[in-house]
Amino acid sequence: MQHQKPPYAAIFWTVARNSLIREMTFRVNFIAHSIALMSWTGLQLVFYNIIFQFRDSIGKDTGWTRYPFFMFLGTVMVVNSLMQTFFMPNLREFSEMIRKGNLDFVLLKPIDTQFLVTFNRIDWSSMANFALGLGVIVYSMIQMHYMPTPLQFVLFPFYLLVGVSIYYSTVLLMSCSSVWMGRNQSLDQLWFYITTFSRYPMEIYQGSLGVPIRWIFTTVFPVLLVVNVPARVLAKPLDMDQLPLAGYAVLVAIAGLFLSRMLFKFSLNKYRSASS
Amino acid sequence: MIAKLNLWWMIFRISLAERLVYRGDFMLSTFVRFLPIITQILLWTAVIGAGDSDNIKGMKIGDIIAYYLLVTVARAFSSMPGLTHGIAGEIRDGEIKKYLIQPIDLIGFLLVKRIAHKLVYYMIAFVPFAIVFFLLREYFSGWPPVHTLMAFGASLLLAFCIGFFLEATFGFIAFWWLEVTSLMFIYMLMNFFFSGHMFPLDFLPDWLRNIFDCLPFQYMAYFPCAVFLGRMTEAQVIHGLWIGLGWAVFFCLTANLSFKWGVRRYSGFGG
Repeated sequence: MQHQKPPYAAIFWTVARNSLIREMTFRVNFIAHSIALMSWTGLQLVFYNIIFQFRDSIGKDTGWTRYPFFMFLGTVMVVNSLMQTFFMPNLREFSEMIRKGNLDFVLLKPIDTQFLVTFNRIDWSSMANFALGLGVIVYSMIQMHYMPTPLQFVLFPFYLLVGVSIYYSTVLLMSCSSVWMGRNQSLDQLWFYITTFSRYPMEIYQGSLGVPIRWIFTTVFPVLLVVNVPARVLAKPLDMDQLPLAGYAVLVAIAGLFLSRMLFKFSLNKYRSASS
Repeated sequence: MIAKLNLWWMIFRISLAERLVYRGDFMLSTFVRFLPIITQILLWTAVIGAGDSDNIKGMKIGDIIAYYLLVTVARAFSSMPGLTHGIAGEIRDGEIKKYLIQPIDLIGFLLVKRIAHKLVYYMIAFVPFAIVFFLLREYFSGWPPVHTLMAFGASLLLAFCIGFFLEATFGFIAFWWLEVTSLMFIYMLMNFFFSGHMFPLDFLPDWLRNIFDCLPFQYMAYFPCAVFLGRMTEAQVIHGLWIGLGWAVFFCLTANLSFKWGVRRYSGFGG
């Protein structure tokens, strides 16, 4: 018997299409959710606008003046929206699949389990913040009369993917714990607190409190790289100083994907069905 | 009278016991909730350090961090997790019928239950609060005088009353709308911004501050913190307490009226 490789691209396309059709069935809810998400993000913009009324930059001589910092904020929005659109609802659901035993049905399908768990559905309404984030980045560029080089145009999306990969691996590692815990309702809470640390430029992590935190969140839980690296690629002129960090981010992303894949497979081996 | 008191006492004890079941979860989640204060310290240290002066609108780094810590205390009084959704859910599912046929006042019942839940929360959360405040004690410039502490206590009680009656009113709106999720979202958004939860309201321009002063939100976060930190004159504190009391009475009325009018149009079916 010849084994055929499942058509992953076609399956992903079908999931994306079906998710959009489902969301369009409740159009008002879709619009309301999009507006709600953008309102929360909009409040962040108001908050930092207030800060910039009193100071020219976030931190002395950090270079994070108003518009470069807003490019940083735009990157935060874009990365978070990609996570919320593609991964968070599915990894949240993975925990429930384990608890209820519904993972059995996924395991029976002739397709890679991690792929199916990761792309079970797509929350299109979360893309509202993606649009808002891009809008903030473009607006900041216009205000700065700044045009990125072709290399930056290529590197920025690449490092966005690197950042999202690091986030994805982190959440997958956390959600795998559901196999042993039975239930993992704190995934969202943990996610929120982890992203809290990645939402600020590295330069603010100074002093006896900041330096150890900076070390922890660039090595043990390397979430500080997620936004900082792509935002730097775009907002700050490319120079040799940034190369080690950029290279390190790629290594961390590859290692994270590999490790999370290993743990995912290991956790599936330990999975005991909850159904009859 | 004695029978009625016994009834309320019984409800209080049951709610207390119910809440104590989750004491471990309470303590852990309280600790975790303080994590963002770390980034606030770093962010505001960077912001203050970027300028020539050591303060923003008279607030030094210590005042700002102390403010954010005190906001967590004020929010522990004014936030009512699950109250609105609980009421709306019971109206939607028809569960509210049981309160209508039993000789018990629903708002009183919810209030006693909430007081019990809050007391358990304060008892359990005291340890994490004490540890965090002790670790960050350098940001406070000592204890305020007794009369300020008394005003602070009164402002926290008002924060609790305003939060409770305001969210109960939103819950009773479900008699008309059934689903109040989007309404609650708007409320939470406004509360986060207007109450001073996000940043000290002192940083706002005067014209915007005047608008904020006309709203009830600041009594749920900003006002108690400003009282504790001594950012108000005695006259301003007394004036603020009266206004806060006015809002508490107003929302107590809206909660009672919305329940009374809502029950008139409510139809319950099934057993």
